[in-house]
Amino acid sequence: MKANNNQLLHALYRDMRRIRSLEERVSEMFVRSESAGSMLHLSIGEESVAGICRAMEAKDSFTTHHRGHGIFVARGAEPARMLAEIAGKADGYCRGKGGSMHIADMGLGHLGANAIVGGGISHAVGAALAYKRKKQPRVSVAFYGDGAMQQGILYESMNLAALWGLPVLFVCINNQYGMGTRVDRAAANLAFDERARAFGLQGEIVDGTDVEAVHEAAERMIAAARAGKPGFLCLTCYRFHGHARMDKSPYRDADEEAQGRARDPLKIARDRLVERGGNAAALDQLDAEIAAEMDTALESAIAAHMPDVSTMFEDVYAPDQPKPVPLRARLSVILSENSR
Amino acid sequence: MSAIETTYREALRQALIDAMLADPEIVVMGEEVGLYGGAYGVTKGLIDQFGPDRIMDTPISEAGIVGAAVGAAMSGLRPVAELMYVDFVGLVMDQLANQAAKIRYMFGGQIGVPMVLRSQGGTGRSGAAQHSQSLEAWMTHIPGLRVAMPGTVNDAYHLLRQALTLPDPVVFLEHKGLYVQKGMLDVAVPDAPWGKALVRQPGKDVTIVAYSKMVMESLVAADMLMAQGVSAEVIDLRTLNPLDDATIAQSVRRTHRAIVVTEAHQTAGFSAELSARIHELCFDHLEEPVARVAGEDIPIPVSPALERGAVPDAQLIAETGLWLVKRQAPSWADSGTDS
Repeated sequence: MKANNNQLLHALYRDMRRIRSLEERVSEMFVRSESAGSMLHLSIGEESVAGICRAMEAKDSFTTHHRGHGIFVARGAEPARMLAEIAGKADGYCRGKGGSMHIADMGLGHLGANAIVGGGISHAVGAALAYKRKKQPRVSVAFYGDGAMQQGILYESMNLAALWGLPVLFVCINNQYGMGTRVDRAAANLAFDERARAFGLQGEIVDGTDVEAVHEAAERMIAAARAGKPGFLCLTCYRFHGHARMDKSPYRDADEEAQGRARDPLKIARDRLVERGGNAAALDQLDAEIAAEMDTALESAIAAHMPDVSTMFEDVYAPDQPKPVPLRARLSVILSENSR
Repeated sequence: MSAIETTYREALRQALIDAMLADPEIVVMGEEVGLYGGAYGVTKGLIDQFGPDRIMDTPISEAGIVGAAVGAAMSGLRPVAELMYVDFVGLVMDQLANQAAKIRYMFGGQIGVPMVLRSQGGTGRSGAAQHSQSLEAWMTHIPGLRVAMPGTVNDAYHLLRQALTLPDPVVFLEHKGLYVQKGMLDVAVPDAPWGKALVRQPGKDVTIVAYSKMVMESLVAADMLMAQGVSAEVIDLRTLNPLDDATIAQSVRRTHRAIVVTEAHQTAGFSAELSARIHELCFDHLEEPVARVAGEDIPIPVSPALERGAVPDAQLIAETGLWLVKRQAPSWADSGTDS
């Protein structure tokens, strides 16, 4: 049993290391001026979401907030295509149209990252409605941050999910900050699980520095959701870096940051593996392999091509439908029609 | 099948029934669509025919309903989300404009959102400022949303049927003042394909462009103009996105004069877009500037006397036509308010 536990923890550690390693490359891409803009939201410190991602099945779907790189890579995204999208390249998951905040892949069940706080939550509920109606044993997971805990649509969505018994799991990643506002300056009641229970959902708060605990809770709640009992899981963690790449976090002090970073979910998982007899050198080796994988992905994304400007008119509507008329074409018509 | 006389409301109801029989993935969700039968009776009896799994009564959670419809549309269903009054669209604007409209684009064409948002707007029932608006410009400003506004019984049926086959989100805006309007319905024969404007009344002196209930007012105005020796052509846009400006331009190049009519407020309304397009496409053909006959720039008042004054009617359209074509001074010319 312990061997199995160690196997699981090792797998979770690997997932978490891949998240952090990817995020470090996102940051590097920005520093090298290779990213599309600076609206890049790193999930370093939140890597234990891997515990939820690993508790999901391949057929399950999910939506994420704007800080969703880690969730997507833990659900099987190819780092090179992710980084290409974040750089706005044609080879990216969304052909360079969505970027960091709108990355999606229907093949992996990623119904979309969303840059409106709380914007994607109801899509997971709608997906769950479709699964229930079609009698498909699938679950949809809505990932969002503590900022969305203060948004109205969350509670409309929770009520609908509970009312209709939908296979959905609401996951709040409470990293303590909505942009620069600490959660205790935004929420009158921090017992978010109570809010969920008030709607008839199962609600739990789990220590987000303990990936095993996250995985255990997620496995239980996803199973319940699959049986028509939707739930809410709040993962408590700390956002190591600023809101986005330009943010130096002037609104919080160094002591707080140091304390927050000291509770590093990766280090905790690693120490636990070593305590249980794991080989530290082998873990170093794993880290190095992951770093090399991410370096290769980063260079591939940087080398990838920008999309042709003409593709900007594609995908507004379905391919067989009337397209937007480009401005230059419209101007040409106006000027030629009226030429004397 | 031959045409039968029925109402706009019945035509919509029949369209939902026929569409749901043809496509098992269609579900209707909204406030009071089931047991109540719809605030205006469009979904009356549908819950008996299709059951509560397909005719879903929802709580009063407009954003949650439309948001769930978006997710369901991405997952194999074809939802018809009903927004009881278009005035409530402020509650759903994020899900409509940032989500439904942009998902295909943001995700690089991977998936679309084949849903219909049914709603209704307009004056005529003393609904006052929060239950009488014409907010189509909020939607037409957003790429990715199709917008249909039927003005006839046959279009009520066929545009809804067509909307329920499209791969992209459609905002389908009915008019509360038309539900009891009678007209001919031929379920086998649409008036025109989706996206095509129609000349409802041919004429040669002036083109009147309208949609939704203003088509009816414009046709009455055309009769009034005819009695004064002015031949007006009335164009029904039917859909605002796609917008068939070619049909408008073709007409105005013949008539050399144009009036655009909307119940919506004038300022920054769809009448502004129509006027701009006519000026752009027909500049050398115009004898007069395009006249916009639109709703006053005021909230809709409750008193029937005030409400009637807030939106255009046939008389106003006809007088504008006479002024434009025959330089005949309108009834308000001596009131001292014109310049």
